[in-house]
Amino acid sequence: MNALRRNVLKSAAGAGTVAVAVAAGLLKPSMALAGAPRSAFEAKNVGDALKGMGATGAVDSKDITIKAPDIAENGAVVPIEVTSGIAGTTAIAIISEKNATPLVADFDLSNGAQGFISTRIKMGQTSLVRAMVTAGGKTFTAAKEVKVTIGGCGG
Amino acid sequence: MAEPMRIRATMAGDVADVKVLMNHIMETGLRKDSKTGQLVPAHYITEVTASVNGTKVLDAGMGGGISKNPYLGFKVKGPKAGDKVVVNWVDNKGDKNTAEATIG
Repeated sequence: MNALRRNVLKSAAGAGTVAVAVAAGLLKPSMALAGAPRSAFEAKNVGDALKGMGATGAVDSKDITIKAPDIAENGAVVPIEVTSGIAGTTAIAIISEKNATPLVADFDLSNGAQGFISTRIKMGQTSLVRAMVTAGGKTFTAAKEVKVTIGGCGG
Repeated sequence: MAEPMRIRATMAGDVADVKVLMNHIMETGLRKDSKTGQLVPAHYITEVTASVNGTKVLDAGMGGGISKNPYLGFKVKGPKAGDKVVVNWVDNKGDKNTAEATIG
């Protein structure tokens, strides 16, 4: 089902095709609109998470800014701010590479929402925090290392 | 867990700056209870949507990696002061919550 959804979204020239798919019962409305499939959130490593999101082959970009502390004293609450300077940004995903489930969140932006997301995440240990930005059907990425002194996952 | 959610939305130039604070335990399901040694069941927000004047601007999927009592900030171009921002969330147990605020 998820693979189907990806294909439908990829081939969709506009919202019209998706609407047709919804009407035809191929897609539930919530599925067509939600971001990465739930399976991507349960993936145990970065590769599987990216595959689940359909975001392999991302290109490094200097237009993505990740604002995060160099050293996080408390891994349970790490403030992360992602700004995408790429025109036409439609989605931002945040990945903490060494977390038990690396994909932390995925934000679909539309109707004037800017390429900006600010949130707080949990980090199990020191690792790269990666932002995946989708713009114009392409995926771009940037990463920043955050050192964690006390882990926020498991205990 | 339907405790109130707080939203603050302010205009900065032509961009609305929206800040949301949700009340949620955000349990990953991977943590062990220190007393019993049993895994604490997962209970976290899986989806957050936001709309301005009824038009969807943000649709987010979340995993257990978001901190307890999630904070979310985003910016939307176009709205005017007085427009309404509505934020909804749903968690993995089907609980949901909605809050709205007026852009000031």
